[in-house]
Amino acid sequence: MKQSNGHYLRSTDKYAWYLKKPRYIPYMLRELSSLFVGLFSCIIVWGLYQLSQGEVAFTAWTQLLWDKLLWVNILIFAFAFYHSYSWFMVTPKAMPIKFKGKRVPGFFIIGAHMLLWLMASVLVFALFFYGA
Amino acid sequence: MNSPAKSRKVKLEIMRYNPDEDQKPYFQTYDVPCQDEWVLLDAINYIKDELDRSLSYRWSCHMAVCGSCGLMVNGVPMLSCHAFIRDMPEHIKVEPMENFPIIRDLVVEMDGFVEKLAAVKPFIHPKEKRSIDDGCHTQSPEQLMDFQSLTQCINCMLCYSACPQVALNHDFIGPAAMALAHRYNLDSRDQGREVRKEVIASNKAIWECTFVGACSEVCPKHVDPAAAIQQAKIAATGDYFKSFLMPWTKKSSNGKSRNDKKGEKS
Repeated sequence: MKQSNGHYLRSTDKYAWYLKKPRYIPYMLRELSSLFVGLFSCIIVWGLYQLSQGEVAFTAWTQLLWDKLLWVNILIFAFAFYHSYSWFMVTPKAMPIKFKGKRVPGFFIIGAHMLLWLMASVLVFALFFYGA
Repeated sequence: MNSPAKSRKVKLEIMRYNPDEDQKPYFQTYDVPCQDEWVLLDAINYIKDELDRSLSYRWSCHMAVCGSCGLMVNGVPMLSCHAFIRDMPEHIKVEPMENFPIIRDLVVEMDGFVEKLAAVKPFIHPKEKRSIDDGCHTQSPEQLMDFQSLTQCINCMLCYSACPQVALNHDFIGPAAMALAHRYNLDSRDQGREVRKEVIASNKAIWECTFVGACSEVCPKHVDPAAAIQQAKIAATGDYFKSFLMPWTKKSSNGKSRNDKKGEKS
């Protein structure tokens, strides 16, 4: 758009700017992953409600997840994995940790997060399979 | 005996715009015989010297210090003095930096950028008044390390061209200005954090950043504005909660706490 002073301002596509450059795609996937994490929270709340309605309702809900909504859960898991991975990868930017007067290298901060994530996942799996 | 310099023909498709004649920009293609050691700026200089004297563009140092030769090269913001032709394809599309109004050809208007830089008050607000006789401020290497990388900014504005938030919201203060504000906030000699907070914690600064990270990717001096902004967000959040939990530590815009002011009166 040509301005009154003769300068020309190029327009930006408000709704598809992220398709213009490949570097914006991982960012948009990271943002999109939040929706799937939110969807999983809704499913869990739904499950808690079914649990409050008794054993039959809860069993029906788990059966529905296995039979009809398994692909939704797999999709959610993939996005939840990417969500965690992509946020842990940028943690050094937000956490400039110093130790004995020196900056802790970024890979160490990422590695610590990944390790804690792995340990928490193992714990959840262990509780799920052997907890009972 | 020196071997002859390698040369190859490169097509440079350059955006042209003359405000006196054109309603909108257009592309003009030039065939340039490039030497192997040339950077893009050398090729553009060749066009200016040998093919078309009407081409307008900015440059000065030719060594990634002045920050004036930033361009979009095949859609990526980079310094044309820092971009080797040998690393590029045979067809190179050159445009003025995105997100800035074009004045002429490859020259963009930077008034808005300079105003944004000034808005964050990028200078030291001293902790106490000192005279020359008091000597210089001292700072340990460890204190300097906290912000040294942020001092490397050359105001080339590439981060503004890469940032989609700048493109969508022209009032957004932008990466370089916020990184500069954070640089002074981290400086052990500075007491201006409260003054800068009025701009930095406003609705056109740190909270508009959605952490795309493109600013840090294109920075030729590895300043990492994205990191500075996220750290500023954490600091602003801490300040916000601290103002509720420890209201007596709240400082006025001149950087002095309420208790300090009471002391002054008495």
